[in-house]
Amino acid sequence: MLRDVLPEPTPADHGNGAQHRPDVVVTGMGAITPAGRGVAATWAGVLAGKGAATLDESLVEAGSPVTLTARVEDFDADAELGRGTSRRQDRFTQLALLAAREAVAQAGLNAGATDEQPDAVTVVDRDRVGVLLGSGIGGAQTWDETYATYLEKGPGRVSPLFIPKMLSNTAAGAVAIATGARGPNLTVNTACAAGASAIGTAIQLLRSGAVDVVLAGGVEAGITPLSVAAFANMGALSKNDDPTTASRPFDVDRDGFVMGEGAAVLVLERADHATARGAEVLGRVAGYGASADAHHATAPPEDGAGAVLAMRRALEDAGLEPTAIGHVNAHGTSTPLNDAAESTALRTVLGDHTDHVAVTSTKGVTGHLLGAAGAVEAVIALQVLRTGIVPATAGLRSQDPDIHLDVVTDEPRELQVDAVLSNSFGFGGQNAALVLTR
Amino acid sequence: MTRTDIHAQLSGILTDQFGVPADEITEDATFEALGLDSLDLVEVTLVIDEELGIRIPDEKLGDIQTTGDAVTVLIDLTKVDA
Repeated sequence: MLRDVLPEPTPADHGNGAQHRPDVVVTGMGAITPAGRGVAATWAGVLAGKGAATLDESLVEAGSPVTLTARVEDFDADAELGRGTSRRQDRFTQLALLAAREAVAQAGLNAGATDEQPDAVTVVDRDRVGVLLGSGIGGAQTWDETYATYLEKGPGRVSPLFIPKMLSNTAAGAVAIATGARGPNLTVNTACAAGASAIGTAIQLLRSGAVDVVLAGGVEAGITPLSVAAFANMGALSKNDDPTTASRPFDVDRDGFVMGEGAAVLVLERADHATARGAEVLGRVAGYGASADAHHATAPPEDGAGAVLAMRRALEDAGLEPTAIGHVNAHGTSTPLNDAAESTALRTVLGDHTDHVAVTSTKGVTGHLLGAAGAVEAVIALQVLRTGIVPATAGLRSQDPDIHLDVVTDEPRELQVDAVLSNSFGFGGQNAALVLTR
Repeated sequence: MTRTDIHAQLSGILTDQFGVPADEITEDATFEALGLDSLDLVEVTLVIDEELGIRIPDEKLGDIQTTGDAVTVLIDLTKVDA
């Protein structure tokens, strides 16, 4: 039946230039972030411009050197996912399921689904729906808790659910179980670039014709006393104890990021497929660029050469000149090294046009969602395109004089933009850039 | 402890820790019907060990399909007079 009404997949158009490739459109978005529950609340929280960090009592109790984190509030896994799913899944998978639920519903993919399987894809061929999620860490809380049990009570008390809960590909698998999606199911790990890498890889999969729809995004719930201690000891986390300015991207006094958690999922499909089923188009993922620094495990090169490559490839993939970019959602972690290198890289790619580009790091509000960051920021970029409002960089009080960018500060800026560049760079020197358009 | 007592304790564990609705937990109900797979069943045995101090060896797991089967195994292991 579906084959009768939906177009045949378009074969890949290798080597003929970006303009001949099938457009990839966004027809659904879901997000659960420290800024808010759902895309609308996240967007409102980002526009409100107040850092979402809070004092984390579990870290105070653990004697952690850093005690501010940006957590997802207002989240009852038992009530929303059912006790069975909640118990079997780590927090990162729970967050992915909730983000996917919102995205699938907005895209209308689950029309008429039953209460037993509310997220089931009903309106397109499930065998041609893929799932592609990024996660940097996977089930960190499960790992820590189970290891504590192992040390205290011995191997006989280790839960048999440990492996399936902890594996980083579990979230994508769980989304498939919830939706019935039987297309390619992949988990991409490029650390803090994973969410963007997943979306970028998804558009390549869609252009290839291998699938009709992909649920693509990122998820992370890696805040544990162990991971916070480790990030703190490597000097990556802010030691500032003011929740509103601990994350202060591009500020002269920035001293590290605030660990966050959350998830975002986009429903991506080829434009012809979306049109055939009458889906509303929310925006487009026009280009993706990926690269490696080939430099150092955690530090970018000063000139941001790897980031430059990723951004240039994303522009080329989108078939756009640098002058087409009106806004950059920067990686902007609030670490001294990242923000300086990213600033340099942006000027290299955009040249003099840099002065006409409004740059924001929304991590001032959300903190750094690691493997979810790129996906959450893609959602925010799409909101900028849809609303003509660019959020301000929260936490920023005094811009670093060495950062030569038009960073949006204090208040959101009204600005109609046609194309947004969204950057994500991961430990390991792995870089991903997305170009999103209206 | 009577068979009824042990079943009540098992029901309590399944309800409190595994989210199984209490009214579904009859002696004839299979773990599968209660939404618990083989990994969950191993998890149930770990909780029983923790809370009741009775260890169900792996080789006995194959005998357990229903909650009543689990109670029978527990009684055998503790030699409780049912």
